[in-house]
Amino acid sequence: MLLQALAFYVFAAITVAAGAMVVVSRNPVYSVLFLILAFFNAAALFVLIGAEFIAMILVIVYVGAVAVLFLFVVMMLDINLTELREGFLKYFPVGALIGVVLFAEMLLGLGIVGAGSATITGLNAHGAQVLPIDNTRAIGRVLYTQYFYLFQVAGIVLLVAMIGAIVLTLRTRPGVRRQKVGDQINRTKEQAMTVVKVPTRGGV
Amino acid sequence: MTIGLAHYLTVASVLFTLGILGIFLNRKNVIVILMCVELMLLAVNINLVAFSVFQGNIVGQVFAMLVLTVAAAEAAIGLAILVVYFRGRGTIEVEDINAMKG
Repeated sequence: MLLQALAFYVFAAITVAAGAMVVVSRNPVYSVLFLILAFFNAAALFVLIGAEFIAMILVIVYVGAVAVLFLFVVMMLDINLTELREGFLKYFPVGALIGVVLFAEMLLGLGIVGAGSATITGLNAHGAQVLPIDNTRAIGRVLYTQYFYLFQVAGIVLLVAMIGAIVLTLRTRPGVRRQKVGDQINRTKEQAMTVVKVPTRGGV
Repeated sequence: MTIGLAHYLTVASVLFTLGILGIFLNRKNVIVILMCVELMLLAVNINLVAFSVFQGNIVGQVFAMLVLTVAAAEAAIGLAILVVYFRGRGTIEVEDINAMKG
C-alpha cells in the first residue's frame, strides 16, 4: 500500500509538472513533448487505479495520434517564437487570479464531496478488485450492449471530424497542369488531326 | 496511507486549473491554447475514471472513452482550421483573429 501511494505521488507530481511546463514552455515543440509526458503519467495513474483499458487507449489515441498531429502542425507552421511570447507577463495577473479562484472553488467542492460521502474510502473498498471480471471485458460488456448507440455516435463524430479536416485543408491550386486521363481517352480523330492541303512551293 | 478519491480529484483539479491558466497566458499562440484544452479534457477524464473506479461503476470509463473521442475530433478540426488560417494570414496570433467581426 505504501508503494502504491509512493507511485501515485510520483506520477501525479510528474503529471502536474509536465502540465505546468506545457503552459510556460517557450517553444511549442517542447510544449507538445511535455503534453506527451503528462499523458503518459496520467495513463500510469489510470493503471494504478485499475482502469487499464482507458490507460492504453489514452496512450494510443493521445500520444500516438493527437500529440503527433500537434507536432506535425507545429513543425509545419513557420511561426515567429519571440513574437508569440509577448503578452505572457501582461496577462499573468488576471490569469493567475482566475486560476486561483477556480482552484479554490474546486477544492471547496472537493471538501464537500469528501465530507458528504463516507463510503468512498480506498482502492480496495470499491476498486477494480471487487469486479469479478477484468477491466476491458467489463467495458466491452457495457459498451457493446447498453451503450451501443452511443458507440456508433462516437464513430460518426470521428467520421465527421475526418471529413471536415480533409475538406478544410484541401486546396485546389490554379495553374497546376495535371494529366487528365478522361480527356485523353475521349479525344477523337477529328479533334486531334487536321489535314492541311499544302500548296506546292508555298509551305504551310 | 491509502490513495483515495480525493487524491485523484486534487490532481484533476490542478490540471484543469493549469489548462485555464494556459489559455489566459498564451494569448498569442493558438497551438498552445489547443494543447491547454487537451489538458483540461485530460483532467475531466481523470475525474470520470476516478469516480468510476471508486464507486464500482464501469459507466464512467465508457464515458471517458467518449470524451476521448470528442477530444481527438476537436484536435483534428482545430488544427485543420489553424492550418487554413495560417495559409491565409501567415500568422497564428489570436488577437489578429477578428476577420468575422462585422
